[in-house]
Amino acid sequence: MNDIPEVIRTIPLNYYLYFSTALFCIGIIGVLTRRNAIIIFMCIELMLNSVNLLLTAFSSYRSDPNGQIFVFFIMAVAAAEVAVGLAIIVMIYRNVRSTDINILNKLKW
Amino acid sequence: MTSIILLSIFGILNLFVGFMKSKKVLMPVVLLFLAVALGATMFDWNQPQSYFSNMLSTDNFSVGFTAVMVLSTLFILPFSRSYVVAENSNLAEYYSLLLFALVGGIMMVSYENLLILFVGIEIMSISMYIIAGSDKRNILSNEASMKYFLMGSFFTGIILFGIALLYGATGAFYLTDIAAAATRMDPATSPLLLMGLLLVLIGVTFKIGAAPFHFWTPDVYEGTPTVFTSYMSTVVKTAGIAAFYKLMSAAFGGVYDQWFPTVVAITVLTLLIGNIGAVAQTSMKRMLAYSSISHAGYLMIALTSFNDRSENALLFYSLAYAIATIAAFGILKYVGDARGSDDYTAFNGLGKTNPLLAFVMTVAMLSLAGIPLTGGFFGKLFLFSAALEQGMIWLIIVAVLMSAVGIYYYFRVIIAMYMRDAEGERIAVDPLATFTLISLVVLTVLMGVVPGLFSNLL
Repeated sequence: MNDIPEVIRTIPLNYYLYFSTALFCIGIIGVLTRRNAIIIFMCIELMLNSVNLLLTAFSSYRSDPNGQIFVFFIMAVAAAEVAVGLAIIVMIYRNVRSTDINILNKLKW
Repeated sequence: MTSIILLSIFGILNLFVGFMKSKKVLMPVVLLFLAVALGATMFDWNQPQSYFSNMLSTDNFSVGFTAVMVLSTLFILPFSRSYVVAENSNLAEYYSLLLFALVGGIMMVSYENLLILFVGIEIMSISMYIIAGSDKRNILSNEASMKYFLMGSFFTGIILFGIALLYGATGAFYLTDIAAAATRMDPATSPLLLMGLLLVLIGVTFKIGAAPFHFWTPDVYEGTPTVFTSYMSTVVKTAGIAAFYKLMSAAFGGVYDQWFPTVVAITVLTLLIGNIGAVAQTSMKRMLAYSSISHAGYLMIALTSFNDRSENALLFYSLAYAIATIAAFGILKYVGDARGSDDYTAFNGLGKTNPLLAFVMTVAMLSLAGIPLTGGFFGKLFLFSAALEQGMIWLIIVAVLMSAVGIYYYFRVIIAMYMRDAEGERIAVDPLATFTLISLVVLTVLMGVVPGLFSNLL
């Protein structure tokens, strides 16, 4: 049984970079095109997770644990963000009975 | 560092104070907490120290900006009196969130490691998402909260991807290591470094509300309850711009040539959009939101000139801007509550019904417009002269022209107050808020008459 960093290193670093970037772009496109607040939120989480993957890959290739520590912080902060975000979505749902962001048009220009 | 620990503990203690039946005790307690934190911050003056294996450090730069932020919060709190009177059931939580946001802000001005920057930004932003939606039954406040939250976390994702790419390029999160690695490698041949820098730049630009990522600012500022809007446009902006300055000077000062055109373009665009957008507004609150965008542009001028003077100018301008903005929002809150509207017309005849409010508002508007004998004038003067030393003449010309545009919309308020007929009754203001407004005026004029007191601190 090899060390996990060694297993990670069996795939070239570039592939991790391409894959994370692809995931990140899927997240961005999702945020820009979807209209449901919860799905937008899921896409944001996808963006954060692509960052986690990228940090872990870099960290293994550099044999430097700092990147993986950063991942723990991102996870903790993302959990806090989920708690607050879902609360905000529930608050809006109570008032307007919908989570569609097209109703957010009272404030403009 | 002491102020971070103290404010965190005070924030939790304050939640327990909220269990008491009467809400009257809350505001004095929070004011006391903030005063203690301000005192503790000042102890670190001229005593640079670093903590957590050098991930966080206190130097005069961080102490100065921390003091500006704590002082701003101290000045903002008296205007939340109407929540105390209304026995708002969640008041303790809102005050605690303000204290926690302040902790995030302090981390943002004293970081030495991108991890602390990220955690600081998030502590501050997550608190602000809740604060923006604090008026739970009001659909406008809901909308502000939702917009701020979705866009804020989207841009947090972008900052993080940038940090990950920077880590890939340089192998470090420490500002000094990134600076060393960035100067060692040729940035032009390292797409990872450039892409990471660009993404972090975009994310931080969003957080300070500079164009082209300013679109959330007017909407969120308008929907948020006015007291908390003034917190957003002063404390959050000060923390953001200080973090931005520190990032660019400490980590990327060596690759200045690479990012310089982008930052200048952002600055010019911010100045244009902020000032021209403000002209078109009929709502005072939205005008102040656009004015905060334009002031983000003035503050960003400091990024184009790295020297001792630009740091001092940044601190001076942040303080002058914060004081004038708090006064403006404070009066807007009283006028808006009494007359049920945030438009310019709500200010009609204020000079006759409430001479004091009108006078304070006039001084605040003059300071924001940059008229001599107010703090805002010297703030602009210092920023512009620091940039002139770097030979940024055409940038300064744009900035001065835009300040002239600014005079138009700031003076509309003054004209409404003194030259239109009164529509409403006299507005009652409680003594603590009156005292705060007078101290804000005194401070603004003091900064405008003897700027030397504040201009060479760092």
